[in-house]
Amino acid sequence: MAWQRKILRVDLTAGTCTQEALNMEWAKAYLGQRGLATKYFVEEVAPSVEPLSPANKLIFATGPLTGTMASTGGRYSVITKGPLTGAIACSNSGGYWGAELKMAGWDMIIFEGRAATPVYLHLENDTATLHDASDLWGKTTWETEPALRKKHQDSQLKISSIGRAGENGVLYAAIINDLHRAAGRSGVGAVMGSKNLKAIAVRGTLGVAGIKDPKAFMKATAAAKKVLADNAVTGEGLPKFGTQVLMNVINESGAMPTRNAQDIQFDGAKDISAEAMHAPRVTDGKANLVTNQACFGCTIACGRISKIDQTHYTVVNKPEYWGASGGLEYEAAWALGSANGVNDLEALTFANFLCNEDGFDPISFGATVGAVMELYEMGVLTKEQLGIEAPFGSAKALTYFAGLTARGEGFGQEIGLGSKRLTAKYGHPDLSMTVKGQEFPAYDPRGIQGMGLTYATSNRGACHLRSYTVASEILGIPIKTDPLATEGKAGLVKAFQDATAVFDSAGICVFTSFAWTLVDVAPQLEAACEGDWSLDNLNVVGERIWNMERQFNNAAGFTAKDDSLPKRLLTEAAKTGPAKGLVAGLSKMLPEYYSERGWDTEGRPTAATVERLGL
Amino acid sequence: MMKSLHIEAAKCTGCLQCEMACSFENYGVFNPAKSRIKVFEFHDTGTKVPYTCTQCAEAWCLKACPVDAITKDKHTGAMMVNEATCVGCKVCTIACPFGTINYVADTGKVQKCDLCEGSPACADACPTGAITYIDADSTGIDRMRSWAAKLENQTVGHAD
Ligand code: SF4
Ligand code: SF4
Repeated sequence: MAWQRKILRVDLTAGTCTQEALNMEWAKAYLGQRGLATKYFVEEVAPSVEPLSPANKLIFATGPLTGTMASTGGRYSVITKGPLTGAIACSNSGGYWGAELKMAGWDMIIFEGRAATPVYLHLENDTATLHDASDLWGKTTWETEPALRKKHQDSQLKISSIGRAGENGVLYAAIINDLHRAAGRSGVGAVMGSKNLKAIAVRGTLGVAGIKDPKAFMKATAAAKKVLADNAVTGEGLPKFGTQVLMNVINESGAMPTRNAQDIQFDGAKDISAEAMHAPRVTDGKANLVTNQACFGCTIACGRISKIDQTHYTVVNKPEYWGASGGLEYEAAWALGSANGVNDLEALTFANFLCNEDGFDPISFGATVGAVMELYEMGVLTKEQLGIEAPFGSAKALTYFAGLTARGEGFGQEIGLGSKRLTAKYGHPDLSMTVKGQEFPAYDPRGIQGMGLTYATSNRGACHLRSYTVASEILGIPIKTDPLATEGKAGLVKAFQDATAVFDSAGICVFTSFAWTLVDVAPQLEAACEGDWSLDNLNVVGERIWNMERQFNNAAGFTAKDDSLPKRLLTEAAKTGPAKGLVAGLSKMLPEYYSERGWDTEGRPTAATVERLGL
Repeated sequence: MMKSLHIEAAKCTGCLQCEMACSFENYGVFNPAKSRIKVFEFHDTGTKVPYTCTQCAEAWCLKACPVDAITKDKHTGAMMVNEATCVGCKVCTIACPFGTINYVADTGKVQKCDLCEGSPACADACPTGAITYIDADSTGIDRMRSWAAKLENQTVGHAD
């Protein structure tokens, strides 16, 4: 039993912490983390719940492989109803915090209600206590972490917290752990803020014992680690270049949404790429990238640690930003860079630091700035309103907006609502590059058709991490498909969605899936956990989780109409690159996808599907 | 041949596979809190440094122990704690300048790295080569080789 079989329920309204036994029947059907926490969530929360109300719940959940020697076994997810989308939200983070929670003896924490005044939770193995956090309110995550270590005189405390963005209701506020790892998307940080919950500080010294068959487990995990080490992407590409390995590849494939998706290739991509992060700067002769870094248990180590040039305008006389911290991942480099036409690597790194420091999602933030810049160029938004001239390509505007959004000042308050609400307010809703209210990330569906279907059907709003068909369409993993074709993508997207749901529920990082398939995951789970974790059953578990999320969204009011894409992607053809002349062919894929899923034409699981999956 | 743990901090990614391997080897549990090797992260510089007992030739802990519970293993050279003899007085933890021998409240004894009878689990688990178990007399050989390579380049240059 790789589960700890224990959950902590924290009623913030009443100020109580109670221990409950994990529902093992559910664990055997939904595995852990994303799947299992979503099961708890849909059983306990009405789909109509107002996301920022006390009736919404916020679950922090680990998986059975979290805190074990399975490679990348350090993940946790945050599950809630998202304020950006109104859909189920599930954001996954690495670093060390998730493993620490598991080591303290818990599978998950369910927060409910709302504290009257700011609080934080201190968890030391079995002992859970709520403390006053008034003195931490208004502080950044970078201030909160050392303050809590000092207060508890425990240098080994691991902390997950919100910054000012979460407090101020930025609808895409993130939850940050270990200074720069994020449960980044869909506004889980805003829900935490709405509950007056500032932080969770954990120290776990109990460890993870009770692996079902330790010998088999060590053998299975060692074999799986070898697969990662021998693979070109997980063994070489990611450790050396991080996810930024994609910047030039995607740009050359003509699939990089640029300047609010007006273009599909970015002339400045090379300036903000992995190669640029490695190159010595002209100013100080040092590279932006300092080193790579792993999350707990990870033998890939894709993380970027960067230092900003001390003479760069963003940090002159600000030594607090001179140290090393979390550098640019591909999605952030794209959102802060290409989406706005900005090619200043140091400015992007600075904006990314601010996203971590005050806890907000660089994808939604960057893409919203892209919409603001387009509105500025159209004359709809003016310098007077914005506080700065904001044409595409302005690094100064980008970093200025990042500061405003972090602090909740001026026009930053509007940027903090995301592009859907902002563009609607100024009369141009079609300029919002969102699905279900969430900004889509760094792959243009006109150049990678499968990603169009991925965004349209993602249960948490537009997202690349729900079915990363880029792997197949561009990198040929596990098989190469044509990125410009729509044929066969319905089945491909379904297969990726179901498999990813398993990765996200096991406690491991989805980046392992560049090298692993469920064939590699199954033996690790089988050795660790009781229950049937054969390949066949894992496919069913993944499909079950996907349909459960879908049912919640349907009940929350989403219909087939919401499985759509921004008009621009459907009507304005790509101007350059291999996809020149193409729009996103969503209508060619969606009906087939519904039928592959066993859903009716309205996108609802049929009675037969519900029964087959035991929902 | 006597071997010793060799640590190259620059290669460490901070994955903690070594800490889990250590606790699993000694206690059958994945628990960095029980690990005898510790990885320290220095955030401002981005450095990670694995640190454990270096098995001193003249060990402070061994000399300090009032009940002779610490002895040197003939084959591995490791300072070994005999749990049956140890009275948990913690004098060794005061004597050790490096902090690598520690009291365990659960057992009432001290613990330290014992080199896993000659096949250290941490070195085995480390995915990056930051920890290796090599000939104790030439732990510097790789570093010498990399500097020698610079000379080699120069030599080639001169011949032109
Ligand atoms: S692959 Fe990257 S994100 Fe995933 S666990 Fe490893 S370091 Fe963390
Ligand atoms: S296993 Fe190796 S790379 Fe990982 S933390 Fe330990 S020394 Fe560092």
